Amino acid sequence: MKSVDASVPDGAAATACFLDAGDTALVVEFGRDIDRHASALVLALADRVKAAAIPGVVETLPTFRSLMVHYDPLRLSQPELKARIAPLLEGLTAAEQAGCHWRLPACYDPSIGLDLLEVAERTKLSVDEVIKVHSSTTYHIYMLGFLPGFPYMGDLPAALELPRRQNPRVRVPKGSLAIAMRMSCVYSLESPGGWHVLSRTPAPLWDPRRENAGLLAAGDKVVFEPVSLDDYQSLLARADSGEWVPEPDTGGRP
Amino acid sequence: MKPALRVLAPGLLTTVQDLGRTGYQSLGVPVSGAMDIVSFAAANAIVGNPPSAAALEIAYQGPSLVVEATSVRIAYAGPETAIDILSPDGTPRRLPRLQSARLMQGETLRIGALTGSAVGYLAVEGGIDVPLMLGSRSTLTRATIGGFEGRQLRAQDRLPLATADAPEREEASLPSLDLSPPERFRVVLGPQDDYFTARGIETLLTATYTVTQSSDRMGMRLDGPKLEHADGFDIVSDGIAPGTIQVPGNGMPIVLLADRQTTGGYPKIATVISADLAPLGRLRPGAQVRFEKVSVGEAQGIRREQARMIASLRERLVPVPPTVSINLEKLYGSNLLSGWVDARE
Repeated sequence: MKSVDASVPDGAAATACFLDAGDTALVVEFGRDIDRHASALVLALADRVKAAAIPGVVETLPTFRSLMVHYDPLRLSQPELKARIAPLLEGLTAAEQAGCHWRLPACYDPSIGLDLLEVAERTKLSVDEVIKVHSSTTYHIYMLGFLPGFPYMGDLPAALELPRRQNPRVRVPKGSLAIAMRMSCVYSLESPGGWHVLSRTPAPLWDPRRENAGLLAAGDKVVFEPVSLDDYQSLLARADSGEWVPEPDTGGRP
Repeated sequence: MKPALRVLAPGLLTTVQDLGRTGYQSLGVPVSGAMDIVSFAAANAIVGNPPSAAALEIAYQGPSLVVEATSVRIAYAGPETAIDILSPDGTPRRLPRLQSARLMQGETLRIGALTGSAVGYLAVEGGIDVPLMLGSRSTLTRATIGGFEGRQLRAQDRLPLATADAPEREEASLPSLDLSPPERFRVVLGPQDDYFTARGIETLLTATYTVTQSSDRMGMRLDGPKLEHADGFDIVSDGIAPGTIQVPGNGMPIVLLADRQTTGGYPKIATVISADLAPLGRLRPGAQVRFEKVSVGEAQGIRREQARMIASLRERLVPVPPTVSINLEKLYGSNLLSGWVDARE
């Protein structure tokens, strides 16, 4: 039931197709479903496009199963862009992408894990089992989206799989760890939201005061370590003052 | 004190915008920026700014701003509105749109209701000097990023300016600016046009849609004939381009604009071409929208034409004869108007 970290088969050849997204973006799609192999190919291509520094490419946006390339049509036509990307797909494998590994504190106290009791009830697990299952999984960050610094992480063990809440909350507090379907996420900012909140992390995932405003990137791996409410609060105070920013275990970014 | 424009009345939704915040979409940060880059570029050109200078985006109802600098040079570009400059004693003078004017300390600029379209721009020579955040001064109110404290303007805000004293010189005017919408907004089909039936595509390209009230800087919700999905309406989230037309389960298209989210999980039937985003951004609720299909190559050709038009704005500027731009302070200071001034006291 536990999803295995880095279960990506490597060496498989990449099959991709180009899709039009208007005259300023091109989609390179590797599949239509969420799977780790497609995600690894997307991230590997993102690295290659970045390294190629193609004049006129504005930025790339990796998602679950495709890479969106935003470009300036005044500097680069679509045929030119396709001609620059096609060779980058040659020999692309799932093995070459390597992200950072993070261990982030999370407090599963029911006072801030707003849906913890309900999730336990609906999954027919004890609260302790829910916490154990959620915090013993190494999550792969497929992509960031929805909010600045908001990671879509998988794969959530099937034992915790639930649809989204029927009544989304108007306000989900910043730092809330939540689950829906086979995904786990962190609300990097306070926002409306429909996922089930299990806990809260004091880690500042998004802080525009920092030069590196977003802590996490697509392709990173994350494990959540349960901490007490007291520890959560003292870490949160240190994070708010800018005194504490988590460091990855391995694989620092350049 | 830093030179500023102090807000007396903020207008309906006035925000600082520039050309947007690119480079952070992979972190989930929307691009934002001016909804109508043509009017934005025109306002900046008229005051002599580079095209990237931050300006005020005004929606529906303009602000009143008092000058707290030695002098400022401003210009408004956008739909018709009343632009009045009030001297400290309240004497108004009218300024045409698409024309620069130099305002002195203590004078008030008052911009009225916009007629015809939704947004206009007020540029200030030297630019609005709010701090750069992630490389841009654009405001994204949803995430409290950029602009003036990440939000729309409020009364008593002091908008910092880069230039404390606008140099005296001849004022400039742009003789005309075409703000008329295209007959049909042009789209490139995809990236998920295959999630719709042939009839769904046909409907998009033939029907007339109406802009609804629930439209904002993030997206424009349209009302009209339902677009028929071929096979479900939940897809695995992928990237969103500027102008993406996503279609949720109710079959009503939503065109995603400047503050669009970076990713989304509804099928995207087509994408409005980049050159048509400016006229689209000007539309108000109630406006009618029709679409037609073009190729990516055609879209890029149309975009190049638009870029040439924007680049030519500066060359098209004409000097304003001094009689049109009356400097009240100078006139009051001379004997010429002394009798008039006396009569008012």
